[in-house]
Amino acid sequence: MAKKIKVLAIGELAGNQLSPGTRELLGGGRDLADSLGARVGIVLLSESAGKTGAEAIAYGADEVYQAEAAFLKNYQPEVYLQVLEKIVKKVGPEILLLAQTATGRDLAPRLACRLKTALAPDCVALAIDPDSGLLRMTRPVYGGRALAVLVCKTRPQMATVRFRALKSREPDPSRPGEIKPVTPELDQSKIKSKFIEKVVEEVKGVPLENARVVACGGRGMGGAEAYALLEELAQFWGGAVGATRPACDSGWVSSARQIGLTGKIVSPNLYLAVALSGSSQHMAGCGNSKMIVAINKDPEANIFSFANYGVVGDYRRILPPLIERLKQVRKGPKD
Amino acid sequence: MQVIVCLKQILDPEMPSGSFHLDPNRKRAVPPPGTPPVLSPFDENALEAALRLKDGQGAKVIAVSLGDKLARAVVKKPLSAGADELVLLEDPEWEDLDHFASARVLAAAIRKIGEFDLILTGRQAADWDAGLVGSALAEELGLGCVTLARKIEVVKDKVRVERVAPDGYEVVEALRPCVVTVDSELGELRQITMPGIFAAKKKPIQEWKPADLKLASPAPARCELVDLYLPKRETVCEIIGGESPEEAALKLADKLLEKCPA
Repeated sequence: MAKKIKVLAIGELAGNQLSPGTRELLGGGRDLADSLGARVGIVLLSESAGKTGAEAIAYGADEVYQAEAAFLKNYQPEVYLQVLEKIVKKVGPEILLLAQTATGRDLAPRLACRLKTALAPDCVALAIDPDSGLLRMTRPVYGGRALAVLVCKTRPQMATVRFRALKSREPDPSRPGEIKPVTPELDQSKIKSKFIEKVVEEVKGVPLENARVVACGGRGMGGAEAYALLEELAQFWGGAVGATRPACDSGWVSSARQIGLTGKIVSPNLYLAVALSGSSQHMAGCGNSKMIVAINKDPEANIFSFANYGVVGDYRRILPPLIERLKQVRKGPKD
Repeated sequence: MQVIVCLKQILDPEMPSGSFHLDPNRKRAVPPPGTPPVLSPFDENALEAALRLKDGQGAKVIAVSLGDKLARAVVKKPLSAGADELVLLEDPEWEDLDHFASARVLAAAIRKIGEFDLILTGRQAADWDAGLVGSALAEELGLGCVTLARKIEVVKDKVRVERVAPDGYEVVEALRPCVVTVDSELGELRQITMPGIFAAKKKPIQEWKPADLKLASPAPARCELVDLYLPKRETVCEIIGGESPEEAALKLADKLLEKCPA
């Protein structure tokens, strides 16, 4: 008899591919299933699955529950909940994983209610306890000041996982696996909300999540104009500019550029933290950067306990000569 | 129109790092002496959303807080800001509820309030950062739910919400009544004024106990907190100095060019 599906992931598509977070769920889910001697399943809901089923198998899934329908084109909670509740109850996994994305954080709490189980949201580590065989779910609490480890008493043990917390595997196109089409059914009378439209706010330049270098400014920048300096600085590496929540809430920078607990999570090679205090809520979004460099007037600022290198001073006097020097190097000795 | 706003009293999330301590036995943060609790900032954003509906469409706003040992100065703030009524759900039994049990108590209280068009709360409480209660409340009450709102309009029988997305926003319409959770992008709570504080003294406050809600003892938590600890930090920061900011800047430039060339 085939081994049971004990770990089930709910995937998301980005265009005609799996989203990066979904690949990570499969990589991390695979590790959990291997230590339980079990199989990994994934649910993919879409208008048209294309080759994503095969992609999921290459990234570690043993079974793909694939539901395709026009009404699954855009995420709508009551539509997705109905379809997912049925599939999850049928598969009956021990562990159910979602990515902590705009969709995952909306969907998971309500799905947990319908499955009468708990949910550990925004986990940064998952591991099987070798003694009990239960899932230990680690998540930051108190704005990242502390870490909590939770064990769920009900089934499935359900978690949403923060981006970059789990590692995707190298895809193996020769991995065996099975795609199981599911016919989604919909009871229209239970739909209480409707997706109207998506408005994309264009952000110039490199996407934050992919940038090798990120220059981020905080409340101490003092206004929207000051971010031009950060643009110039980041440009040297072809990097991107981010901002803290207070700076976005003040309207200085588009919230699409917000880094932190309630914004984007980045882990660049170099994170230039300028005029930001380094609150735990902000560090939740950049703490995994390979190198952090802080520029801040306040020598007591929390950011210096995260930074590898720091300059104590006013960014207005430090950034212009710094940028000038970098530009000279770029031009080379001939100029 | 009647709008209910659920607000949680929490430890001040802006307290300095040095004031944050854990009680390892009780597995919780110790309230720092001299730092009073606050309303969760996202819940204040939700209150602001409700007050804008009051300004624009004459909504009546009812604030609800749940817990034990609620500081009156903290939980009465919504009345000073402009809310019309306050319902306090306060009992030792309600001190340490999990998210799902909290949603059940809030749902019972909201049923007792009876009439409502919209229920608002923050996207997450800024202590446990879970973001579960709003959604669980909608499920308890069998209502629609829109999370992460940055703008809320009530148009006829619908609530039109701009929902924060990573690269912009989505427009979603929900039938009312429904639950909407609010993001900080909606805007900060307005300033409290002296006339607001005086007006609050005359506003009604209801205090309800488990018996008032005809609730059985809360269900045990579905999750067990097995550990709570402070993350270790081993980074040592090398401070780059100089006679002047310009000199420090040039030294930093050399360091960056060495460690992270273009």
